[in-house]
Amino acid sequence: MEAMAVAGGAIGAGIGACGAGIGIGQIGKGALEAIARQPEALNDIRANMILTAALVEGAALFAIVVGFLAIGK
Amino acid sequence: MVSGLFKPFTVAVFSVILMASFSALSAQEPKKKSFDANEVIFGHISDGHEFHFFSYESGGKEHEVTIPLPVILYSSQRGLTVFMSSKLDHGHEPYKGYALLTDHNIKEWGLDTKKFHAEQIVAVNEKGKVDEAVKIYDFSLTRNVVQMIIALALLVWVMLVIAKRYRKGEGVHNAPKGIQSLMEPIITFIRDDVAKPNLGHKYEKYLPYIQTVFFFILINNLVGLIPGTANVTGNIAFTMLLALISFIVIIFSTNKHYWKHIFWPPVPHGVKPILIPVEILGVFTKPFALMIRLYANMVAGHIIILSLVSLIFILGAASKITGYVVSPFSIAFVVFIYFIEILVAFLQAYIFAMLTAVFIGQAFEGEHHEEKVHV
Repeated sequence: MEAMAVAGGAIGAGIGACGAGIGIGQIGKGALEAIARQPEALNDIRANMILTAALVEGAALFAIVVGFLAIGK
Repeated sequence: MVSGLFKPFTVAVFSVILMASFSALSAQEPKKKSFDANEVIFGHISDGHEFHFFSYESGGKEHEVTIPLPVILYSSQRGLTVFMSSKLDHGHEPYKGYALLTDHNIKEWGLDTKKFHAEQIVAVNEKGKVDEAVKIYDFSLTRNVVQMIIALALLVWVMLVIAKRYRKGEGVHNAPKGIQSLMEPIITFIRDDVAKPNLGHKYEKYLPYIQTVFFFILINNLVGLIPGTANVTGNIAFTMLLALISFIVIIFSTNKHYWKHIFWPPVPHGVKPILIPVEILGVFTKPFALMIRLYANMVAGHIIILSLVSLIFILGAASKITGYVVSPFSIAFVVFIYFIEILVAFLQAYIFAMLTAVFIGQAFEGEHHEEKVHV
């Protein structure tokens, strides 16, 4: 049972990381395209990119926390 | 052309060695004292009562090279006890009725792993068994605390030096010199790219806090990367306190529009029962995410570095040749990750400061927006 919990926690955290990876990849793609179109807006785009990436990352971190809880129980 | 071929080539070589050594690993059972990567990694990233550098064997005995730190304990039965952690001999010997737990003696004494953890100090009776009746309050200066104080002293010293120079007019009327040239671009970056766009006209009020939190996280991240030091920013208690301070700052800069948007959001009435709990939860998840983000990023970075180093010893335990063959690749990867970690140290400090500024900005915005709507 404990092994199942560990496996479940690990798989859950992994799937969470997948989602965040796709999300951050999309943000990076969008930001690079925007910078290529408008290089003079670099600073604004970069700040917003990092902010959005941090917010997406937050979702992945919650997945990791839930994974830890599953292992701990 | 050459560099294009180099990467797939190294990947191929690395995977072949890995495959070969794993088959070697399963072929022969380790006879000597096995290398426990889990214990080593978690021993390095967690808090402790000493700065541990390395250990070596001579004359059949293991010697540990450490800097001991003071242990301060209080219990209502035994009163205040102060001694150096070297007296506990890394968990081998009890001292004054106290003993240090290690992964080894937790297993040996058959203790409950949910109640006790390594590096914890417990009271022991005359027979050398754990006495659970004695409740201990541990106020020890652990390595996280000591390192945080050192980093703080360093930061205050640097800041006072440059502040003194600016007060004398150096760097104001002429070009900045020495350490001023290092700090000034960072300080102006935080002011112009983090505080001003997010906090608007009120930025001067919050700038000292944003700057302090940025530089405090940055210096702790960077000092934590020096080999042998503690992992201060990878400690959940440390990040929790920082997040708590940010939470208090955010709550104290809210206005009535902020609370109106939480308790009575401008949405159709049917959606309100769903949105209000989400909004209330959002007040707490923001600082919670700040806490977990910094902690998880720093811990993950340290674990990657330590895992790559451990790989050498895991494969070296299987056979000496694989250990020697893998080590240059492992070290190359460690150096690569180390540079990424320096970037992450700056990035996480920036993100923490940036998100704090954004959340503070969100807390008091809306007054202008609302006015426009009414006009």
